[in-house]
Amino acid sequence: MLILTCPCCGVTGEETEFHQGGEAHLKRFGPGSADDDFHTYMFAKENPKGAHFERWRHNNGCGKWFIMARDTVTLEVYGTYPAQTFEPPQYIRDAITAKRPGWAWRDFA
Amino acid sequence: MKHYSAFAVAREALRHHMGWERAWASPEPKKKYDVIIVGAGGHGLATAYYLGKNFGITNVAVLEKGWLGGGNTGRNTTIIRSNYLQDPSAAIYEKSRSLYETLSQDLNYNIMFSPRGLIMLAQTEHEVRGYLRTAHANALQGVSTEFISAARVKEIVPIINLDGPRYPVLGGLYQARGGTARHDAVAWGYARACSAMGMHILQKCEVTGISRENGRVTGVTTNRGDIGCDKLGIVVAGHSGHLADMAGFRLPIESVALQALVSEPIKPCMDCVVMANTVHGYMSQSDKGEMVIGGGTDGYNNYTQRGSFHHIEETVRALIETFPMVARLKMLRQWGGIVDVTGDRSPILSKTPVDGIFINCGWGTGGFKAIPGSGWGFAELMAKGHSPLCDEFGLDRFYQGRFIDESVAAGVAH
Repeated sequence: MLILTCPCCGVTGEETEFHQGGEAHLKRFGPGSADDDFHTYMFAKENPKGAHFERWRHNNGCGKWFIMARDTVTLEVYGTYPAQTFEPPQYIRDAITAKRPGWAWRDFA
Repeated sequence: MKHYSAFAVAREALRHHMGWERAWASPEPKKKYDVIIVGAGGHGLATAYYLGKNFGITNVAVLEKGWLGGGNTGRNTTIIRSNYLQDPSAAIYEKSRSLYETLSQDLNYNIMFSPRGLIMLAQTEHEVRGYLRTAHANALQGVSTEFISAARVKEIVPIINLDGPRYPVLGGLYQARGGTARHDAVAWGYARACSAMGMHILQKCEVTGISRENGRVTGVTTNRGDIGCDKLGIVVAGHSGHLADMAGFRLPIESVALQALVSEPIKPCMDCVVMANTVHGYMSQSDKGEMVIGGGTDGYNNYTQRGSFHHIEETVRALIETFPMVARLKMLRQWGGIVDVTGDRSPILSKTPVDGIFINCGWGTGGFKAIPGSGWGFAELMAKGHSPLCDEFGLDRFYQGRFIDESVAAGVAH
């Protein structure tokens, strides 16, 4: 069971209070974009074995979206940060690098 | 391979059972094989078996990072059914179910196929309509199912509570030839038959890299050395994304933990598989007498083979409403497996962007029932480049928006 802290309201709660909303930091492609770009955005998943960036919503709380870095193997939560962020902040990257040396942001790009 | 029979049991009994040989060999890896299958679970071994049996390709290695059948093959709730709504699904699942009927004889290995019947409960008006639709679709597809009344459900499953406070049982979709089989035996039986054809089953052999040249696969790097191949089949369920990453492409797959649990063994009380998809719980009784219970998937990607506790609570709550007598049972074991879930809840049996690499994944929460059919179709795909059973399940269906939508349309527990 995950214990999460919402960066919006500061409340710490267990996972049933929150809801996961898929991969974070996606580059979105809308109508008029190339088929390849749309397909990649819509369907291709990183689904990593390790550090995963994902959107969560504090459903039974403040109701706000935020982003979380979490390890899919150990279930360790590296940290949460506001949804209005385009790239993971440095302290989150450092926390991941400490546990997974050699790790790199967006191997797929 | 020595033939298993009643005579063999009698003969070995006279020799104090000293004459049994190992069911499959554990050879050293060769430098190169025609075909390498990654993943010695049910689907991987079935693929290898039908490559040999149907296409005469026996220079095959099946690589397994752990032990044979130790992933989802040994972790599922052993349910076999083919009552799917969409035509391509019904075709491959019914092929699979029909292969299960004679699999013990074909493999000379008792897989304990038990077509005891399977009911999916309809507990809302919408579910009634949905299952009526599925029953009609199945009639057109040649899959034998019927919609039965609540009274008939009670007749088949006396321990059920029809008038639950939240969701009364209004009827059910019944597949009389659905049922269960011994999951480990399916993997072991295929492994024994593959080994007898001269194929290599390499356990504790983890693939750490996939070598390519000019967009074509040339082999794999493993903890037991580099092994070359002409064709590579990736059949690794929850770890498909990880292997695809090694080969340089991404999949429309998310891996999540799915849980199951079993109770203490009790006397026979339910000779049928019952699935209650609205309240989300399903249950059957094993030959040992344990009630085998399937739970839900976690709400987020993970690779932990455990699962969140609140899903057990949800499942048990649903079952107690449906089967009041299980309230007093103690649960013996709980475990999780990593399932590979696609957006349309249908599998992927496909070529990939890399020449020579084929992938069989996306079976999600319901792969066990599909093992023989999936192996049959995937072997044909690998041998000939296409297969009528697999063609609709290509990776290109996401690109084309041609989904095989089982997630909302059919009675699929997920």
